Amino acid sequence: MKTKAASLPYAVWTFIFIVVPLAMVAYFAFIDEAGHFTLENVSSVGQYTPVLARSIWLAAIATVICLVIAYPLSYLLSRMHVGRQKVFLMLVMLPMWMNFLLRTYAWMTLLERNGLINRFFALFGLGPFEMINTQGAVVLGMVYNYLPFMILPLYSIMVKIDNRTIEAAQDLGANSYHVFSKVVLPLSVPGITTGITMVFVPAVSTFIISRMLGGGGNLLIGDLIDLQFLGNAYNPNLGAAISLVLMVLILLCMSIMNQFDNDEGMEGALL
Amino acid sequence: MKKRKWLSNTYIGLIFAFLYLPIGVLIAYSFNESKSRAVFTGFTFDWYAKLFHNDVIIQSLINTLIIAVVSSIVATIIGTAAAVGINSMNKWMKSAMMNLTYLPIINPEIVTGVSMMLLFVFLKLQFGFTTLIIAHITFSLPYVILNVLPKLRQMDKFVYEAALDLGCTPLLAFRKVIFPEILPGVISGMLMAFTFSLDDFVISYFTTGPTSQTLPVTIFSMTRRKVSPEINALSTIIFIVVLATLLIVNFKDLRKQKKVQRSEVGV
Amino acid sequence: MKKLTAALLAALLLLLFAVPAFAEIEVEDESYYQKFKGQGISINVYNWGEYISDGAEEGTINVNKEFEDLTGIKVNYSTFASNEELYAKLKSGGANYDIIIPSDYMIGRMIKENMLEPLNFENIPAFKNISSQFVNPIYDPDNAYSVPYTWGTVGIIYNTTMVDGDVDSWDILWDARYMGDILMFANSRDAFAIAQKRLGYSFNTGNPDELEKAAESLKEQKPLVQAYVMDEIFDKMQAGEAALAPYYAGDAITMIADNPDLAFAVPREGTNRFVDAICIPKGSQQQEAAEMYINFLCEPEVGLANCEYIGYSTPNDAAMELLDDEMRNNPIAYPSEEVLQNTETFLSLDDDANKLMDKLWTDIMSTNEGTNQWLIPVFLVLCIVASITINVVRRIRKKRDSMY
Repeated sequence: MKTKAASLPYAVWTFIFIVVPLAMVAYFAFIDEAGHFTLENVSSVGQYTPVLARSIWLAAIATVICLVIAYPLSYLLSRMHVGRQKVFLMLVMLPMWMNFLLRTYAWMTLLERNGLINRFFALFGLGPFEMINTQGAVVLGMVYNYLPFMILPLYSIMVKIDNRTIEAAQDLGANSYHVFSKVVLPLSVPGITTGITMVFVPAVSTFIISRMLGGGGNLLIGDLIDLQFLGNAYNPNLGAAISLVLMVLILLCMSIMNQFDNDEGMEGALL
Repeated sequence: MKKRKWLSNTYIGLIFAFLYLPIGVLIAYSFNESKSRAVFTGFTFDWYAKLFHNDVIIQSLINTLIIAVVSSIVATIIGTAAAVGINSMNKWMKSAMMNLTYLPIINPEIVTGVSMMLLFVFLKLQFGFTTLIIAHITFSLPYVILNVLPKLRQMDKFVYEAALDLGCTPLLAFRKVIFPEILPGVISGMLMAFTFSLDDFVISYFTTGPTSQTLPVTIFSMTRRKVSPEINALSTIIFIVVLATLLIVNFKDLRKQKKVQRSEVGV
Repeated sequence: MKKLTAALLAALLLLLFAVPAFAEIEVEDESYYQKFKGQGISINVYNWGEYISDGAEEGTINVNKEFEDLTGIKVNYSTFASNEELYAKLKSGGANYDIIIPSDYMIGRMIKENMLEPLNFENIPAFKNISSQFVNPIYDPDNAYSVPYTWGTVGIIYNTTMVDGDVDSWDILWDARYMGDILMFANSRDAFAIAQKRLGYSFNTGNPDELEKAAESLKEQKPLVQAYVMDEIFDKMQAGEAALAPYYAGDAITMIADNPDLAFAVPREGTNRFVDAICIPKGSQQQEAAEMYINFLCEPEVGLANCEYIGYSTPNDAAMELLDDEMRNNPIAYPSEEVLQNTETFLSLDDDANKLMDKLWTDIMSTNEGTNQWLIPVFLVLCIVASITINVVRRIRKKRDSMY
């Protein structure tokens, strides 16, 4: 059929600007400065395991917190009147229109030693608390910035759960725990996996949040990559190797995640 | 039962307080007389007036808008065509194309940014508007496709074929039959592309050049020293504009709904 | 009462619509700057953050705007935060700059790596304003590539309300009493220099052993450091977020002006004396226009405006003469001979030393707890195994289901 040809420009575009660049990252990871083949870059990524481990750990914590916060909220939203749902959904999306660097910067103002939160506590004679430049602050920044990415897919899956399904379960004698574990939870799995993906991936590779809220000492994998390309320790080959490892790791994780729901849940939940 | 309602409302309230706390801080500081964010010395509109004299900020705002408009339009055209093509593919080809489409979404942004930087250096492209627009089109394309595809799938295939049978050329049939059906998807895809382009920092950071700093990149260089309250003023204006737009759209929707309800009752 | 409100309103209106007053710059030879007028030329300037007078304060000069008005050449201005960042940006290619302002050692390295364009000094007559002690510097012995812009020393900025006793040694940055109150350089060369001086080494040897030892001591310091920063330091020190931070003398003057609790000291172990100079990188397409810009920066009045704005010491004699006494006699900007005797200037290190330093820096930034380096490979293998298991289980289940 002729209509297939309509996707040709797209196919060419993605090939040139997605596939080829990624291939170049792989290529750069395996050459040295002079352009000779080497395994040194990739093998030296092992030295930075603490950074990788810290990134994964912090991103995982942030993802779990997002899930725990967002799940009840999305459920509550999805059970509201249609009109109110719209308003609240709008309120969830609205913060994303403010530049995320500025929002993170605003958190700096809040968390600092002489920041607003500490000044608030000082009114009651408490504090000051050390909040900025800690790993906790980094996690907070991640949760704050990526929470909407968890709420939206969860909400759009839950809104499809018919109230009558839940009522039917109740009529059949299920208590609220069983309603949750046998009806709501299984039906919302695609939303959960999408939400996890959409929070974990940007969180694990962020390089701004850790710099602004973590004080630069809590280096994450994204900072490490930035450091090698445009930062203070120029070595693009090592940077490419770290990028490659990060990419492979994430694609692997995602392919595992996707095996939990084989439907086209992602697409449905995204929109 | 009432107690539970109270509990859930508190919960919702707390989360929204969390979401809006920093935004409140941002807006409050746009009225702060002092340039320092350590103290709040008094109320002023100065920064709003100064904003329009700040060439750097205004220039990067213009750059950002140009890039967002151009890239979202191009991405919408290529993406819509691609979605139509993908929709008519067989299962194997379709899944190959879809995997390709998901790749830039799942791939960490920083890796996409770095990879494009390597490509542009290799192609000896001068970093600037061209590279930024290419990069923005690339990361917006999947969102357009993913918005248009479901609409295509919902469509009755035979309507298109009927149009062909009735003597339409494929292009005419597309314009008269398919396009009106998928238009909502196309529009939401374009809006998404536009929004992402406006707010993108990571990929722009790696593909920007000396002549084309976008607003997020400018803000980034400011956060390394001190964000001038003029930026807060600008964000406040953007926030109010977006809020107003959303409210108007919502209000119109509500009215339409009410009208529909009323006419249904009338029947 | 009414009058008062009216006066207040008028004042407010004035404030709202006050356009920064145009302080006409006087240049030596106006005709020299007319060459490119009306040709629609633009140059790309890449400078340190807050390193040029921008006219934000009433009565000061917006240097770039003045240049544009005078010459008709458009200036695209962007900023970087450290020499290493500038180097990375140039090295990764693609970006096309006409003016850059690196420091001494980076200029040396760039000359060695053939990254700079030799200057045509016939186009820079105002170079005669530069003090002779800054001509033919050690990093650019024939003075072919660079024109000095500012100079200064590195010292410790501290908050007198938070630090007791004298600050006279780099050791205080390793003092556990100030745990969490110390800010540190976020760039390798400056950070290493402090550790090397503290250990009594020169920071120009590039000796691998000494570098390793310095790295060790920086790692030791890490638990005490609140944050690794560059220009974020202004905000943090002014707001009293930290007690101690090493930084550049000129910036200390700016910070002290905003927060009188701050003070500046040059440690007795000696320190770095730096020069930042204007260069044209290879690949510039507007060399002559760029040289015109350099010349403009050397004009006495422009030099004065920048010097007053930045707070750094000026190598420009003519600008120095215009400077007010208070600044000229400021011991932070223009320290005594005795202090200067005890300083060293960064030289560019050889390739191996640079590489080693980059690697050690990445290590310092990434260490904290010891994690097994096999963790990631093991994790990868686990992921693959999990993926296979899920698929196998699913297939078995499907088979079982279909049996019924």
